[in-house]
Amino acid sequence: MDFWQHWFGPFAEFAFMRRALVAALALSVSAAPMGVFLTLRRMSLLGDAISHAVLPGVAIAYLLTGLSLSAMATGGVIAGMLAAALAGVISRFTQLKEDASLAAIYLLALALGVTLLSRHGTQLDLLHILFGSALGVDAAGLLLVVTVASVSLIALAALYRGLVLESFDPVFMAASGHRGWVWQQAFLMLVVINLVAGFQTLGTLMAVGLMMLPAVSARLWHERLIAQLINASVQAAVASVAGLLLSYHLDTPSGPTIIGCAGVLYALSLVFSPSGWLPRLLKQPHRVG
Amino acid sequence: MQSSCVKLYRNPVALSTQKQPHEIGTACTTQQGPLGIQARDHGQCAGLACLAAGNGGGAGGGLAVAGAGVGRRIAVVTLENLTVSYRQHPALHHISGRFDTGSLTAVIGPNGSGKSTLLKTIMGLMQPAGGTLTVDTPRRRIAYLPQQAEIDRSFPMVVRDCVMLGAWSAVSAWRRVDTGLLERVSSAIHAVGLEGFEHRAVGSLSSGQFQRVLFARMLVQDADLILLDEPFNAIDSRTTDALLAVVHQWHDQGRTVLAVLHDDAQVQTHFPQTLLLARELVAWGHTDQVLTATHLQRARALAEAWDDQAEICHTDETVVTGPA
Repeated sequence: MDFWQHWFGPFAEFAFMRRALVAALALSVSAAPMGVFLTLRRMSLLGDAISHAVLPGVAIAYLLTGLSLSAMATGGVIAGMLAAALAGVISRFTQLKEDASLAAIYLLALALGVTLLSRHGTQLDLLHILFGSALGVDAAGLLLVVTVASVSLIALAALYRGLVLESFDPVFMAASGHRGWVWQQAFLMLVVINLVAGFQTLGTLMAVGLMMLPAVSARLWHERLIAQLINASVQAAVASVAGLLLSYHLDTPSGPTIIGCAGVLYALSLVFSPSGWLPRLLKQPHRVG
Repeated sequence: MQSSCVKLYRNPVALSTQKQPHEIGTACTTQQGPLGIQARDHGQCAGLACLAAGNGGGAGGGLAVAGAGVGRRIAVVTLENLTVSYRQHPALHHISGRFDTGSLTAVIGPNGSGKSTLLKTIMGLMQPAGGTLTVDTPRRRIAYLPQQAEIDRSFPMVVRDCVMLGAWSAVSAWRRVDTGLLERVSSAIHAVGLEGFEHRAVGSLSSGQFQRVLFARMLVQDADLILLDEPFNAIDSRTTDALLAVVHQWHDQGRTVLAVLHDDAQVQTHFPQTLLLARELVAWGHTDQVLTATHLQRARALAEAWDDQAEICHTDETVVTGPA
């Protein structure tokens, strides 16, 4: 009893811990499966690119309205979606792949954002404007994350079949006369709203980290996509709970601790998963056929 | 005007003809040779009518005349003076002719002779740079097997699901997969000899087994026009035979099949019609008449004559006439 009291007490005791927990769990459920799709599409670094691409939108919102979470979130979402859509359009009409277009666009967006903010003479730390912290989640931020998570989870379920086909065999989809890029764009929009909601409430490291790290480790465990998706969410949730508690007890920053926990799960996956290091080391007997 | 065919999808090409002239690639040759054969095969006026209709905008005209001349045959795919190019270099150069309903045609030629380009253009994956391509089959009734390299085999997908994708046009993103479809899927898997593999990941299959999966997917697609791009590459003879049996089954059912192939003996044995390409049309007709030493030699010579600095081709501006 004491053990539980000691370890899980903080959630019962402090409202900020509960809000951080709910926000992190919501993000685990919705963002981690998106990460699996991103790795399948070889776009694992997209999250980092988006985190830079949203800056001009956030900056403009800040300059117009001041430090308002909802305005900056809206600005970020618009900028991120514009960047993703522009990258999509460019790769549709040229030989360039989506990631190449996005690399070009996020650099331009970052330059624009930095210019905007410094031209207007603010001394505010950019990172402070852009990125929140898990333990500072307020009711409005929590509502944002939970709404985005719900919407994107339902939307992902609706997009699922088309997205799988478009990722697996885009030529087949194009040959059937369906527009593959529509599915891809819709998916990228979901990624953007997840990331932006995450950036502003939990911090960029946690938003991108919770999306990608569990996704990468989950892919090592299963041959079935649906199992990979569930595994990714579970790993993200476990990392969230463990990370928040550890950060409370060890007095470490919450975001990095959560990502550290996801990193431990990643290391364990690398060693123990069926396609990991240990099964290769222990020669398993083979079947006759 | 479009005769009695089912819903027609057509590549809007007449417009693009004017946009960019293409380079010739080789010396700009005339179509004398191929047309001779074509005319023999499809009745006197078929090939000529196609050419005459060429850029006049009367795509259906060629078809109608051909139909009147031949009577029993209906064209599924009609090429009229078709040119398709990559960065102004033609991969297909002024090709005219037609694939009839129910025909089984091998498309052969040296590497880089435009075989895959032809299939991609028919699928609408590439746009013509000149001339017209008419496909009288709705897009969802066409099955296309690209060269294997274009599919991500590391994707977590099991055999049964992959075969089921063949029903995408019918089921699309949200409709239910009913028991009838499930039965069709398992009989398709049975037909290609993959029972027991239903729940294996596609990444764990050999390339021959995976090719069987793709054939099963096309069986589920139930298409009227089937385009196969090098379907038997790197496939052992046993699997090739099994898949050729599927091709013959399609032929017997009256479906139109086009296959890009490299094995002349296989073409001779299994394919009644042959189209020999070398960017230019070299010969098109009965396999026996196409697979001659003269034609093959001409195809090789044409394929070797690649010129990076080729001049702009002006064939379309002069009146092209075939043999009377």
